[in-house]
Amino acid sequence: MRTNNVILRAVVKLVVFIILTLAVYLFLSGHHSPGGGFIGGLVLASAFVLLFIAFDIETVRHAIPFDFKKVAALGAFISVSTGFASLVFGEAFLTQAFDYFELPFFGKTELSTVTIFESGVALVVVGVVVTIILSIVEDV
Amino acid sequence: MLTVNLAIIIPFLAATLVPVLHKKISRIHIGWFVFIVSAALFAFLVRYIPRIASGETFLYTLKWIPSYHINFTTYMDGLSLIFALLITGIGALVTIYSIYYLSSNENLSHFYTYLLLFMGAMLGVVFSDNMMVLYVFWELTSISSFLLIAFWYHRKRSREGAQKSLLITVTGGIAMLVGFVMLYVMSGTMSVREVIATVSTYSEHSLFIPAMVLILLGAFTKSAQFPFHIWLPTAMEAPTPVSAYLHSATMVKAGIYLVARFTPVFGGEMTWFWMVTGVGLFTLFWGSFNAIRQTDLKALLAYSTISQLGMIMSMFGMSSAALVNGYSVDSVIFTQAAFAALFHLVNHSTFKGALFMVVGIVDHELGTRDIRRLGGLATLMPITFTIAIIGSFSMAGLPPFNGFLSKEMFFQVAVNISEFNFASDTWSTLIPVVAWVASILTFVYCMIFVFKTFLGSYQEEKLEHPAHEAPYGMLFSPMILGALVVLIFFFPNVLGDYLLRPAMSSIFPTIAENEDLGVHVIPWHGFNMPLKMTIGVILLGILLFISLRYWKGIYKMFPEKWSFNTLYGNILEQLEATSNTVTNFYMTGHLRDYMVYIYSFFILAVGGMLVITNTLVFNIEGNASISSLEGIIALVMMIAAVTILFAKSRLTAILLNSVLGYGVAIFFVLFRAPDLALTQTVVETVSTVLFLAAYYFLPEWKKEDTRKRSKSVNLIISILVGVIFTVVALAVQNGKLFDSISSYYENSYELAGGRNIVNTILGDFRAFDTMLEVVVLLIAGLGVYTFIKLKARKEDASVEDK
Repeated sequence: MRTNNVILRAVVKLVVFIILTLAVYLFLSGHHSPGGGFIGGLVLASAFVLLFIAFDIETVRHAIPFDFKKVAALGAFISVSTGFASLVFGEAFLTQAFDYFELPFFGKTELSTVTIFESGVALVVVGVVVTIILSIVEDV
Repeated sequence: MLTVNLAIIIPFLAATLVPVLHKKISRIHIGWFVFIVSAALFAFLVRYIPRIASGETFLYTLKWIPSYHINFTTYMDGLSLIFALLITGIGALVTIYSIYYLSSNENLSHFYTYLLLFMGAMLGVVFSDNMMVLYVFWELTSISSFLLIAFWYHRKRSREGAQKSLLITVTGGIAMLVGFVMLYVMSGTMSVREVIATVSTYSEHSLFIPAMVLILLGAFTKSAQFPFHIWLPTAMEAPTPVSAYLHSATMVKAGIYLVARFTPVFGGEMTWFWMVTGVGLFTLFWGSFNAIRQTDLKALLAYSTISQLGMIMSMFGMSSAALVNGYSVDSVIFTQAAFAALFHLVNHSTFKGALFMVVGIVDHELGTRDIRRLGGLATLMPITFTIAIIGSFSMAGLPPFNGFLSKEMFFQVAVNISEFNFASDTWSTLIPVVAWVASILTFVYCMIFVFKTFLGSYQEEKLEHPAHEAPYGMLFSPMILGALVVLIFFFPNVLGDYLLRPAMSSIFPTIAENEDLGVHVIPWHGFNMPLKMTIGVILLGILLFISLRYWKGIYKMFPEKWSFNTLYGNILEQLEATSNTVTNFYMTGHLRDYMVYIYSFFILAVGGMLVITNTLVFNIEGNASISSLEGIIALVMMIAAVTILFAKSRLTAILLNSVLGYGVAIFFVLFRAPDLALTQTVVETVSTVLFLAAYYFLPEWKKEDTRKRSKSVNLIISILVGVIFTVVALAVQNGKLFDSISSYYENSYELAGGRNIVNTILGDFRAFDTMLEVVVLLIAGLGVYTFIKLKARKEDASVEDK
């Protein structure tokens, strides 16, 4: 039985972009307001999951040719290696640093190493959630 | 400034590069890359020799977890340099050898990744000053050894050997960890150097002797001392380069390193002297005694390694006699034992490495290493034969090979112990006797090794390939080692002055302040006791070798079923059977039962805690009033929860369950916890999708017939859980047992530059937790993936033998 879900697909095409934007916003705002790597990653994952529901897996695979296992592995690698990076500077493992910079257009901006760490977290969350859901669904 | 730390990290970095390089450059054997890494490290370490010889030491610290005194501190002194040179030097030679030994059809990238992993871990063991870091590297060597033994994992014997070595060495490692923790409790420091410096202040502590025994347990298991030696012969299932490298030259010496390193801590104890000397001597005897009965050349070498390790161990034991009665002119003579031990350690690495490589050549070229099928190879493989002669005559203690020098010194120190009446008479006279008897046996198996393999009649029909000399690439490394065996005999003092003397001051820091502990090694030292003993060894050894078949019946007295091997096998079998029974007893396969366990435990633990700590007070006066909106949401959630019980289809149940989840999210919004609300909403959404995906595979939802009694038990448990939850929620504001730590996080903006306290905790204050959680999440995801995707299909051929 194949239902015609034109409306769902049309809506999803639009909504996915809103969700993706929200995910990026949540990720970046996490330092001072609600959000952060974990939530950003989850929202990102839910956007992908929505795509998988609306379209079939093959189509989405074709459009987003990532191997999500590798995405997760990359994320864990980033998170762990930021820990080692602080060793290079003679600090204790996983010491985070932050400072304020005058950037053109953005004005006074705070840049911190937590962002790199959190991006690793976000990638792991996306990768693992999508991997788990995909491997269960594909196992038919 | 991070040079020594970097030397440890480089092999690990190289290990990650190996698979990539192997894929990209298939034309050149990947082993050459590994060779370059180890040779470069060797050259790097050699540059330190002059400065170490002049008494300098090098200390570098990288902060790791400073709040627990755990820092990646490396300390390079004479002792660690000897080991590090062996690790990288023999490593480089073994790599060349392995390039010709392993065909390119083998899984080379795995092999060399594990090999580099081992090299890095082993360097970590010898250079680490921090006990916790040392422990981490220690276990890493066990793990890489496990992976290398199981390199041909399709063979059952390889897997068994790998399992046995892992179980034994890791058990010892954990004992050692406990010992380290005890030392930490006593001394308040994780640094071995500081422990040595402050040892006199707590040597009367009640934990001192237990800590010593536990650390020795780690050393004995790693260095295959009796009765833990049983793992080493089975570890011979590994490819021969691995046996030559890990199981004779380096990893098995980690235990000896540990004993040497902790001699200044525990050496003053009589128990230490007797344990190390006793176990070492018995292992020396037992290993040589058992080597003679072996028919597999590699097994023979394995037992001989056990025996030689016992010998080195016993010498370190004897050297601690210098510390027992404190410093005096008389006691200095006992330190010679440590010098002899270090000397023999280096010698053993050279000749045993060469011998293992010889066996590898024989195995590789002829297809067998069974003594009964070999013979008459001397003329067909002249170079191999020469190396075998050099190696085994050195091991037997004959001149002009380095083994002669260290064997003589061994006899000398054994005689010293008994002559100076160090300990009770009967026992100390026994020491040279055991040493002498074991040396005779050593002589016999060395002769077996040479004569049964290379002389006698050549039986081509029993071999898989006709005999011929090995390619020069394979002969190169054993030739270098063979040359070293001879060179060290003629120039022992180069080694002694530049490497062994500085190591002595690490083992006896207190004595080295007043005395020069170096020993001038001379081949000819008059017609004294050790020389007489050596002559006795040669004469009796030849006699025993000739009459071997007449007295071989003695081994029937030690049948296989009485051995420690069988004991180990039985214990393992019993353990598996028992744990199976225990597990099957409660693992029923019904989720419902597991819920009962979890919730009963919850009731006991949390409910019991509430009662015991007397925190069961609640006072709702200060609580805010409940608005009607909150009341409505709570009501909706209650209705949804109760409805799940009566749902007819699974789909309904899943959707009702998510009503609960979203209800909680709304509560979070109402109580101004946007972070939690966001997370809860997204998690709920994703997990509902996951439920629906799994839903497809679940069987029809039907009512299960459960007995009335268990139903009522379940009812009681559910009600109790609900009550406890409610009580906890109400009491949580009142019964505080300790102060809240939240005030520390309140100035997160100054400490971590972020206003979102939750995220600064996650990403900064407690980033370690988050990092490990992320890794666990990744492992869980890969676990799900492998469970579902990589199940064996029916048509797949079985690659495992029985």
